[in-house]
Amino acid sequence: MKIAPASRRFRPFAAVLCVAVLVAMLATGCNSQQSSTTEKPAEEKSQLILATTTSTQDTGLLDELVIPEFNKKYPQYEVKTIAVGSGEAMAMGAKGDADVLLVHSPKDEDKFMADGNGSSRKAVMHNDFVVVGPKSDPAKVKGTKSAADAFKNIADAKAAFITRGDDSGTHKKELKIWDEAGVKPSGAWYVNTGQGMGETLRIADQKSGYTLTDRGTWLSTKSSLPNLEIVVEGDNLLQNFYHVIVVSKKKFPKINEQGAIAFSDFIISPETQKMIGEFGKAKYGQPLFIPDAGKKE
Amino acid sequence: MDAIIAGFKQAIVLLIHGDPQVIEITLLSLRVSVTAVLVSMLLGMPLGTVLALTRFPGRNLVISAVNAGMGVPPVVAGLAVFLVLARSGPLGDFQLIYTPAAMIVAQVVIATPIVAGLSMAAVQQLPPKLRLQTLGLGASRLQMVWRLLMEARLPLLAAIMAGFGGVISEIGAVLMVGGNILNQTRVLTTATVQMTRMGQLDMAIALSVILMALIFAVNLVLTWVQQRSGSQ
Repeated sequence: MKIAPASRRFRPFAAVLCVAVLVAMLATGCNSQQSSTTEKPAEEKSQLILATTTSTQDTGLLDELVIPEFNKKYPQYEVKTIAVGSGEAMAMGAKGDADVLLVHSPKDEDKFMADGNGSSRKAVMHNDFVVVGPKSDPAKVKGTKSAADAFKNIADAKAAFITRGDDSGTHKKELKIWDEAGVKPSGAWYVNTGQGMGETLRIADQKSGYTLTDRGTWLSTKSSLPNLEIVVEGDNLLQNFYHVIVVSKKKFPKINEQGAIAFSDFIISPETQKMIGEFGKAKYGQPLFIPDAGKKE
Repeated sequence: MDAIIAGFKQAIVLLIHGDPQVIEITLLSLRVSVTAVLVSMLLGMPLGTVLALTRFPGRNLVISAVNAGMGVPPVVAGLAVFLVLARSGPLGDFQLIYTPAAMIVAQVVIATPIVAGLSMAAVQQLPPKLRLQTLGLGASRLQMVWRLLMEARLPLLAAIMAGFGGVISEIGAVLMVGGNILNQTRVLTTATVQMTRMGQLDMAIALSVILMALIFAVNLVLTWVQQRSGSQ
């Protein structure tokens, strides 16, 4: 009996506990509602994991255009876009953790296919890489025709160069250019960010460094990068090809092959290709990507 | 400086207009973290109470594990949950990876040791005689435990606040197991990183303001409750 008045004293706390329980019930209620809507169509609505590069997400191409259009046409699939570097995207594919890949690292893609990890690989689009650097241009590379020559000058001047260092398609391309330049980059001037293109550009802007970027990400972010400008462009070595790869069901039985093929066919269909060619034109005065479907490299 | 001011202006416009995408991201953040903290309370408070009130062999080991768990880096928790839930992982068939459910699981892993550890400390700091007194007054064991929890309510609420603050502001784990997918698993922290990366600083600032306001609002409510019940 003595406990009763004590518990009366703690009513506010008890009230809060009740509220918490109520919220919990509400939350789980919401959840079960949520899961019942996602579980029920689970038989019909199947999960489709698209592993891709940061450039396709950061330009807005996937979130604003490709995925909404795909969802309209194929409501039976729930697309999960995971934006990582091309290297990581292919690593996901090689474990069966992704169904379809949209990547730009041709040499690694060849290996991916040779290892039997993919069942089809098709050209989707291209843009090009550009070398950007500080407007003060400490390595005097502005206007250089060859990317390899520019890289050599940057290394000789020990001007800051910011590298992705993340096995992405852009990073692989950068290594190839260093290779052509005959330079093994190392030292305090060679700054490794380990991050995506957007972050790496931002660091280059802040640290007045040079970096290699795809033109799409550059165009869509340059308004917030006041210290940078393009120093080298147009070199053949700077071409950047994107392919769509369907992960092999033979090797990974859990793959959503139907969905992957639907996506692959969708992104190379004439309608989608036309939209890709238009994407960004209004905003940046030039398209971010040039459609490539059906072309041989 | 101009960019910051312009960013704040734009952020306020976005907030006032109630940008649907911002609202969706905010609601998902709340849903995931509130659910995770409630689950952590259900797991962590009993665990902390049991650890505080009982003696059993291996107790110190469990307490050390809980205390170490309070300091587990969220990315490590995220990686562990990712490895288990990934399609190639042991629970891959449930298709939980890259869903809000996976994010809740990761946040529960992060918050439970915090809630358990602080609950244990809260109950342990009560005067030991209180237990005997309560039992002496004829309370059952369950009534005694309830009485102790009531007595420790202030630090217990602090435990919940710490758990909530830990998970709502966390990014590494939710990015790994959620994937920052638009309209599905994009929350305030992951969206802020992406908007910064994309150079949309106004959006990033708007999201940060919401995140801070949210943390403040939740703590305001809990503090109000704590101080109100404390002053009586």
